[in-house]
Amino acid sequence: MKLEFNYKKYAKNAILIEISNTSDENSLENLLLYKKSIELFYNKAIVEVVSSYNSLLVYYESTIEDFYSEFQVLKSLVPEGASDLGFKKRLWQVPVYYATAVAPDLVSFATAKSMTIDRVIALHTTPIYTACFFGFLPGFLYLAGLDAQLDMPRKNTPELALEKGAVAIGGNQTGVYPSKSPGGWHVIGSTPLQFFDRDSEKPCFVSPGDKIQFISISEKEYNDISILVDSKIYHPKSILL
Amino acid sequence: MMGKVAVIAQGVYTSIQDLGRFGFSKFGVPKSGAMDQEALRWVNLILGNHENDAVLEWVMQAPILKFSAPTCVCVTGGDLAVFLNDIPVGCYVQVVVGKGDVLRVENTSKIVYGYIGVKKGFQSEKKFKSRSWYTGITDKIKLNKKDEISYLKHVDKGAKFAKIAAKVYAKPTTILNVYEGAEFSLLSIKQQKMLWGHSFSISNTRSRMAIQLIGKLQNTLPPIVTSPVLPGTVQLTPSGTLIVLMRDCQTTGGYPRVLQLSEDAINSIAQHQAGSVVQFNKVAL
Repeated sequence: MKLEFNYKKYAKNAILIEISNTSDENSLENLLLYKKSIELFYNKAIVEVVSSYNSLLVYYESTIEDFYSEFQVLKSLVPEGASDLGFKKRLWQVPVYYATAVAPDLVSFATAKSMTIDRVIALHTTPIYTACFFGFLPGFLYLAGLDAQLDMPRKNTPELALEKGAVAIGGNQTGVYPSKSPGGWHVIGSTPLQFFDRDSEKPCFVSPGDKIQFISISEKEYNDISILVDSKIYHPKSILL
Repeated sequence: MMGKVAVIAQGVYTSIQDLGRFGFSKFGVPKSGAMDQEALRWVNLILGNHENDAVLEWVMQAPILKFSAPTCVCVTGGDLAVFLNDIPVGCYVQVVVGKGDVLRVENTSKIVYGYIGVKKGFQSEKKFKSRSWYTGITDKIKLNKKDEISYLKHVDKGAKFAKIAAKVYAKPTTILNVYEGAEFSLLSIKQQKMLWGHSFSISNTRSRMAIQLIGKLQNTLPPIVTSPVLPGTVQLTPSGTLIVLMRDCQTTGGYPRVLQLSEDAINSIAQHQAGSVVQFNKVAL
């Protein structure tokens, strides 16, 4: 099914592009292809494109003179075929230490779910998650694909600080906290990987559209990888899809 | 040669700001930048700086600063009383500063955000092409007593007080020009009329991230799927409260986006204290 788009004036220097027909499995991928097509057409110094589940926000460095001719330009950039833009996806293996020492909510989560901790780990490490987009915090990825058996309403009162690397569940979503932050999600593990590097112009190793799998690791592996990450010599493992 | 500003008193939530970040929202990095960008532009225009040079932004109460080397400074944001070594020197003017001089500002016009600039801007660390301070992005997020900030020494060869003739400061407007937001059309006619017909006052719940308004709008809209937002986006929460997103806002949000403030309106609302009353005026894009 071919995607159709709505174009809305958002601000003097911003246009919102929304998918107007019901989205299917490939809508995220098509949206990201469209994003890439716009970025290739424009210099990144004059346009930035923010993607989310079903829309793109095109933000211009300067004021848009004529919205309707700009809409025409954007419409002309809808990709016809799929892969001619060289859109490559990766599957990232994200090591997670699932243990009460680093995950304050692991026991209460398992208890509330009437599951063993091993069962929680198995259900969390089985799916291949899709990285949809960044939001909420620098480097925070919205992941799709949580097993419905792990759905858990957010805490009524958010914690003042979840640790950097916290792997958590909130509602039907799961994610990794890239920095210490207040949060209402249930922490079930911790990853030693750095999801946001403020010292790099490309601060995130995952790109929207990539896949993620969580791998359960031991305390020793957690400590070993942490040391390598702190020394900036650890390269996250991935395979090209 | 570098000069240093020594912080004698830190002011309130004083931070380094410029025009903010462009090109990093896709990683979830907020835009940041001066809350009142009009006031920032004046500082840099009066000092003959680049428009993106970094200034100090303070909230309600200005810091007291001591300069280690000659430069020129300028204070903007409101009709403020500015003193150099306790001698009144005025705002929205270029003031020549010598070694050991102390700059002090009294918030006589009760503005929220004030700005202090120096010739060629403050030389703090750059992250993602901006010096704007933000948690997790820059080392510092607010100024503390005894901090030092670098600037480039500058000996002024022109007039002692290069005045800009026109009176450039205008009070922030209470009529805010806004555009229809992405979910505006989902509101009922009655709800839409509420937005135009009513006054909303500014609540105490405000920060560089957002300003919450007092006055509820009956909300029948469901949450939206998480979508991009910008500074100036007005969200309608499930309880019917309107939240105006500001410069440090997140890059995405899950509440309906009912309005979008014009750039002038963002600068204006930033300067309204709690209790001030504003009205929305619909303009077409």
